[in-house]
Amino acid sequence: MKIMKVIVSTSALFLVLAGITTQAAAQWSPIAPGRLMNPEDLVKLLQSSKQKPLMLQVGSHTLFVQAHISGSEYVGPGANEAGLQQLRKRVESLPRNKFILLYCGCCPWSHCPNVKPADDALHAMGFTNVKVLYIADNFGTDWVNKGYPTAKGE
Amino acid sequence: MRPQIKWAILLILAGASIAGFNSLRQHNPKSGAAGAKAQTLAPDFTLPQLDGTQLTLSSYRGKVVLLDFWATWCVPCREETPHFVEMQQKYGDRGLQMIGVSMDDSPDPVRAFYQQFHMNYPVVMGTASTGEAYGGVLGLPIAFLIDRDGRIVSRHMGATDPSVFDNDVEKLLSTR
Repeated sequence: MKIMKVIVSTSALFLVLAGITTQAAAQWSPIAPGRLMNPEDLVKLLQSSKQKPLMLQVGSHTLFVQAHISGSEYVGPGANEAGLQQLRKRVESLPRNKFILLYCGCCPWSHCPNVKPADDALHAMGFTNVKVLYIADNFGTDWVNKGYPTAKGE
Repeated sequence: MRPQIKWAILLILAGASIAGFNSLRQHNPKSGAAGAKAQTLAPDFTLPQLDGTQLTLSSYRGKVVLLDFWATWCVPCREETPHFVEMQQKYGDRGLQMIGVSMDDSPDPVRAFYQQFHMNYPVVMGTASTGEAYGGVLGLPIAFLIDRDGRIVSRHMGATDPSVFDNDVEKLLSTR
């Protein structure tokens, strides 16, 4: 009977821990959840008459040329200083409450090297209305393949 | 069966399922032939290598080619590179040729990476049109396994378990 109790309690503990790590993996984000935007919400926003954000791709140019969100601009990878400088240059003259949306989609969300530094750079400049597009796997899977508005080229 | 034993088994199974799901969430490669224009001829290309010389994919006909689209800033790509180096060493004599297609915007970081990771296989600088020819490289890494006749056998999207590559390559090398 004692052995059974130990088995049951160990299993219950394992179950709880597995649940917690699953939750944590699903929710982990380098950006505060309140400032994330889901692709489907962005599509709705773009189709509405509401104010549109300035959409900036902060990843790879090669990927941008293949496909990007219609109406978005390429500014350079947030992972390196040259990309960040281009980003700063692009936004320096804008009012600090300008609605800006950053996105990348080069890699799975938890591995993206670009969005966090770009987001940090905008915050350091005093921008207060910055959102980041939550792309779970990559831009192909989570945007293009879903038929969302996509453009090619520069 | 005693009720406690039943509960214990149920809990263990549930825990294992959740742990397995958790593991899948964090390691979510999409592998296989289905979505990859499998068994079609791999689009040919001629692209510059890091030393400036040109590499033509079709010149490797007769070898099994593992074509890896990657970038230096891509964390899962960095994690896969040491295994690809090992694979080239292990299977090269039997006819495997690893080829890296860097999707970096400039070759400078690629050269540094090549040295740092002691890469032992050619790397070319990819372009948007190369990516488009392969169905759109809109997330990294993506690897295509190409048989000796130049046909795409499988596509592996996202970080892929090394054993998957080993098994696939072993199978292809043992044909012919």
